[in-house]
Amino acid sequence: MTRHGLKIWALHLGLIAVLLALNWVLPAYHHTNLARIMVFAVFAMGFNIAFGYTGLLSLGHALLFAAGMYGAGLSASLWAFPALPAMIAGLLAGGGMAAVVGSLALRTSGVAFMIVTLMFAQAGYLCVLYFGNVTGGDEGIVIGAQSRVLVGINLSADTPRFLFAWALFGAALVGNLALMRAPFGRVMIAMRENEDRSRMLGYDPYRTKLIVMVISGLYAGIAGAAYGLMFGYVGASFAAIQYSILPMIWVLLGGAGVVLGPFVGALFMFYLIDISSSYTTANLLVVGVALLVLVLFAPRGLLGYARDRWLPWLP
Amino acid sequence: MDFGPYLLLAVMEGLVMSAALALTAVGLSLVFGVMRVVNVAHGEFFMLGAVGAWFVTQAVPGPPWIGFVVALVACPLMVAGVAAVADKLVLRRLHYDPEATILATIGLLYIIQQAALSIYGPDARPVEAPFTLRLQFPWFGYSGYKLFVIAAALLILAAVWWLMTRTKAGLIMRATQQDRTTAQAFGINVDRVYSGVFALGAGLAAIAAVLIVPISQAYYLMGSDPLLLAFIVVIIGGLGSLRGTLVAALVIGLSDGVISMFFSPTLAKILATLLVAMVLVFRPQGLFGAKP
Amino acid sequence: MAAMTLLQARGLTRHYGGLRAVDRVDFDLAAGEIHALIGPNGAGKTTFVGLLSGRVQPDAGTISFHGKDMTRLPPHVRVGMGIAYTFQITSIYARLSVLENVALAVQRRGTKDLHAGTVAALHRVGLAGLADQIAGTLAYGHQRLLEIAMGLALQPQLLILDEPTQGLANAEIEAFKSLIQSLIPATTILLIEHNMDVVMDLADRITVLNFGTVLAQGTPAAIRGNAAVQNAYLGAYNAAG
Repeated sequence: MTRHGLKIWALHLGLIAVLLALNWVLPAYHHTNLARIMVFAVFAMGFNIAFGYTGLLSLGHALLFAAGMYGAGLSASLWAFPALPAMIAGLLAGGGMAAVVGSLALRTSGVAFMIVTLMFAQAGYLCVLYFGNVTGGDEGIVIGAQSRVLVGINLSADTPRFLFAWALFGAALVGNLALMRAPFGRVMIAMRENEDRSRMLGYDPYRTKLIVMVISGLYAGIAGAAYGLMFGYVGASFAAIQYSILPMIWVLLGGAGVVLGPFVGALFMFYLIDISSSYTTANLLVVGVALLVLVLFAPRGLLGYARDRWLPWLP
Repeated sequence: MDFGPYLLLAVMEGLVMSAALALTAVGLSLVFGVMRVVNVAHGEFFMLGAVGAWFVTQAVPGPPWIGFVVALVACPLMVAGVAAVADKLVLRRLHYDPEATILATIGLLYIIQQAALSIYGPDARPVEAPFTLRLQFPWFGYSGYKLFVIAAALLILAAVWWLMTRTKAGLIMRATQQDRTTAQAFGINVDRVYSGVFALGAGLAAIAAVLIVPISQAYYLMGSDPLLLAFIVVIIGGLGSLRGTLVAALVIGLSDGVISMFFSPTLAKILATLLVAMVLVFRPQGLFGAKP
Repeated sequence: MAAMTLLQARGLTRHYGGLRAVDRVDFDLAAGEIHALIGPNGAGKTTFVGLLSGRVQPDAGTISFHGKDMTRLPPHVRVGMGIAYTFQITSIYARLSVLENVALAVQRRGTKDLHAGTVAALHRVGLAGLADQIAGTLAYGHQRLLEIAMGLALQPQLLILDEPTQGLANAEIEAFKSLIQSLIPATTILLIEHNMDVVMDLADRITVLNFGTVLAQGTPAAIRGNAAVQNAYLGAYNAAG
């Protein structure tokens, strides 16, 4: 166990424990909200692995989330997969899509990479609409009840759903932390900090980034699959550009390159929109202003600043 | 109608599309070429031009052509003003860092869209054309206004070409595009040039929208299609190449028009987006740009 | 003494537009030697070394390492084969600690005993006391040492140093010379240098480049006495004795 190891694991496992405790404490409305936020946080962690840690700014992560969601949703509705195989289908769909898109997109970098990922995601969204007779298009598909019982856990009921989301979040968080504390995590950061120097230390940039994209895709995919099965609905809106922008905002707000950043960002943003929508219907405005403020004044995000100022050991 | 005339109709529709697309794409290309900045809100400047035209033509009394002329002048100026303010308040503060700028312009996109939604509303509304003239071809009737759009676009593009190659302002813009540091050393106020270019780019998008809106409708979400198509044109045509942009606009506009007419518009868009991605991956200099 | 040829270049050529930066250069590097590459500014030294490391692609010619052709191999593969390279303009991980910087290099050889290996690598160049400092805040001389530490941590067979003593104080240069001499013959050293004292003290052999071609090659004494080299380059040094 390295120097701060005990502190770090205590903090992260502590958060997981607190979230579990909230299951019995929260009123119904916030209970479901938190379940949603935890799944979104898994998605955001996937984005953070690519962007925050490796410097891959993708504008197309909605494609990976939707791949997971439709991977699960279509296997449930077309082939009557039960929940567990459907989830696995979603997981693999996310990772597989990331591998395909990544193998092409990673031949570019910087602005070109952003545009290429954006274009692939747009094409994906349009395909969902075009093949509407299969995907349900804009209207989407309602997932049948038989595909929403995961190894005996009924995902349509509040408490099992929350616990499932919690378990997924916990596993994802632990996995993310373990990854960043492993040698490969160090290489990811090296690629972000100085790709040229990393190359001259013998690391293959393309291979490293492709592996990162696949891990990111697995996270996004399982989050999409989970979201679809948890709330029983799969729809084209989850493939739209909104779902590429949101994880970016969550990560930027919470702190890019911090393991806990995505969760903090998703939590804050969710409630920011929630609270503001009781005052105004201008939700787009809130998102736009939030993004502008973050980019202009607070690019390090909440936990990013915390790490800079007080907590240098925060992974 | 037989296939031949049907194709001709599709081609003419494609030409109208190319005309508006060329103007929008040139605006985007200028911004990208001179400032090295990707403006994701470019489509929203287009939308503002169209929505602004609706407001102006509603407000100006008399025959439709008067309101239209006023809109044709006032809307691009207004949108250019919005762009200049955005550049001063936001982009300049970010020192035109490529990634930060894209994120900031996404934020701008949402803000402008919301403003339109709140002030103009969620409905799509038509704007009356300045004149109605029906030209009778042997096989079909065609709107004279659409031909006017093509002519007007060509005129404006010629004016832009003249501005860039024959005037001092154009020279300054091209110098700044070539080498920003050297331009500064020569006493050029690069900040002011950037504001001007950003405003010009937005203004061109707005003018394209004012020309197009009598043929379509003003709608707060109408910016995304022009944005995508302009992107495709600029990337395929090659950055910093005006000639490339024009040729690509012609090709893209025609093919989009033709494919949309014979197949589904959604399919056309899917092919177009994938085309942009593939060009960027395999031939990043586009068809006319210099090899990076 | 039969010296094994570690690296060999034949007919190596690289143009930039009309400029022949490296023009049909033949080059042999013997295992275990310290070989210096000198020449006036613009002679093609950095381009040549770029070709050797793989950062620049040749227009013609071949490079082989241990007899194996590596002309088309990308840089990271060549590093894996045993070639390490330090940059002319220091390139380290400025925002990471000194320890993390070196750990990344040590890790490339394997992750067993990572911490111990990293600390050992730091001791080698005398940076152990600065392990926790953020690399970007180091004094310039220490940053250069850090780069050398990273190169050494790769346990390379060939270490290519691009103007390593530039910007160093005299005491640091002396320490650098001792360090380099401690590395051979296990490691072969190829260094580009402008500092003639360092070159004459360290080098077993010197290659002089001018206008992209080899002007002369030989021992320090031979190079000092070479009239063409004097005219092109050495001039004042030689006059001073």
